Amino acid sequence: MNRRLKDNAVAYAFLLPWLLGFFALTLYPMLSSLQMSFTNYNFSKPDSTQFIGLGNYIKMFAKAPFETVAGTAMQPDKYYLKSLGVTFTYVFLSVPIKLVFALLVAVLMNQRLKGVGFYRAVYYIPTLLGGSVAIAVLWRKLFEKDGLINGVLGLFGFTDLPGWITNPKYALGTLVILTVWQFGSSMIIFLAGLKQIPQEYYEAASVDGAGPLRQFFSITIPGLTPIILFNLVMQMISAFQNFTQAYIIGGGKGGTMNSTLFYTLHLYIQGWSYREMGYASAMAWVLLVLIGAFTAIIFKSSNLWVSYGSGE
Amino acid sequence: MDARQKRALKRHICAGLTHAFIIVLGVGMLYPVVWMLASSFKPNNMIFSNTGLIPQVWTAENYLSGWKGYGGFTFGRFFVNSLTICAISVVANLFSCTMAAYAFGRLRFAGRNLWFTIMLITLMLPGQVTLVPKYIMFNDFGWVRDGLVSFLPIIVPKILATDAFFVFLLVQFIRGLPKEMDEAATIDGCSKVGIFTRIVLPLSGPALVTTALFTFLWSWDDFFNHLLYLTSPATYTVSRALRTFIGDAGSVSNWGGAMAMATLSVIPCFVLFFALQKYFVEGIATSGIKG
Repeated sequence: MNRRLKDNAVAYAFLLPWLLGFFALTLYPMLSSLQMSFTNYNFSKPDSTQFIGLGNYIKMFAKAPFETVAGTAMQPDKYYLKSLGVTFTYVFLSVPIKLVFALLVAVLMNQRLKGVGFYRAVYYIPTLLGGSVAIAVLWRKLFEKDGLINGVLGLFGFTDLPGWITNPKYALGTLVILTVWQFGSSMIIFLAGLKQIPQEYYEAASVDGAGPLRQFFSITIPGLTPIILFNLVMQMISAFQNFTQAYIIGGGKGGTMNSTLFYTLHLYIQGWSYREMGYASAMAWVLLVLIGAFTAIIFKSSNLWVSYGSGE
Repeated sequence: MDARQKRALKRHICAGLTHAFIIVLGVGMLYPVVWMLASSFKPNNMIFSNTGLIPQVWTAENYLSGWKGYGGFTFGRFFVNSLTICAISVVANLFSCTMAAYAFGRLRFAGRNLWFTIMLITLMLPGQVTLVPKYIMFNDFGWVRDGLVSFLPIIVPKILATDAFFVFLLVQFIRGLPKEMDEAATIDGCSKVGIFTRIVLPLSGPALVTTALFTFLWSWDDFFNHLLYLTSPATYTVSRALRTFIGDAGSVSNWGGAMAMATLSVIPCFVLFFALQKYFVEGIATSGIKG
């Protein structure tokens, strides 16, 4: 047998599980969900599926009932914009705060301290546990009207404290705190980045009389920009898709006045509680476009603020 | 005291303050977790607004009432289910992801760059976009119904290496292994399969441990897939079962039981983390793991 042919055959044999997975569990479902997003497919009555053109997409933003190309009437989704707003607020608050926090802690830990390994492990614990249902349940308890947080605040003399989870003004804030609390991965990545910045830069700056603050803004931040970019993109993508904590804290719903109705939670409710899977597919595609657009914007803007210095 | 001693003193004070700050911040951050542990031993009516850690009255009642579980199945069953899914997922991921990573990282074949680029794109793809058709497909296969068959929608994707993240991590690692060994082995008549099993796999130890670890943790903590596919209490995992403590309006009647089972549910993560900490940090630092 031809040698090249044989090499190819061996390589594709190794690749086979992944290839099967890609075609059966990624490519086909992607195309299928795109196609479904233009229909009124309902899981309970798949036989009455009709092509409704952009109906699902209009449903998201419409204010009043409208007629689809199939001639059927369609109700607007009263909660879509709400879920979009909740998600944007959550992403734009939690991601920057988390990254700033992770960076500051990383800088603190980057000094020559004894026991840094231990501290780093301890600070990683919230990230280790934070995604679990257990912690989401705990969070509900912490931020209740008679929970731990109010108990601690009470020790400092605060009275008349709200139930943070049930109050629509604060509920999303508790989820932001929960996300910021899990800053461990970003911190470890920042720490690895800090080690890459040549020590001589700091020594030279010290000789020139630059203080710690000046060094932080003129050496540390510029040196870390590629890593900030990486963390920013990864954290943003995962923040848009957050589900578990909102689901648990809202008891499977969007919380008081839908104040924690995350995009993915709304998608789940539409697709699985109401079985409107055509509509859920359309929502998923809008999410894909949104995430893609924000990633593109961040990468485009990175020319302006990311410096891939000559390095060493 | 001369100038040098003064400087040394100043440095010591600085280091001391940093230590103190890190410790205070760390205690504050971990307080909720420790409080959860402490609360699990407090009587149900004392958990409320009791900010202290030492229970005034110790009780194991929460563990007994929580362990009773849901729908006639105890948490023993849920732990077995979780461990089963995790163990199979780990083994499946190790096989499928290393195979793909070996092909991408070491073998030359037509279309390699194209497939590799596609793999990187799937890394960024939000899972929701494949969700509905996958659910319908698994339903058509008869996998979405009561019984152990409902583990399949969770396990089969692992067998097919859909966790692109681990493929990427392993590719990065395998590319760093010395190529000369492959060449020497080839000259000695070793086949590609032989190189994979005798050279690449044994040398990839750290990356394999990282893959196994994170697969375990993510499978253990996964909730969304369990919510979708595990429809009967007999198949519930720990994370799916914990949800049953919270009522539909978000009300909880047995907080003590919830805290007790939540505490038990995080123990495996703790044990793994402290046993294999080095691999965590390396895995995250070298590949930028999500989380």
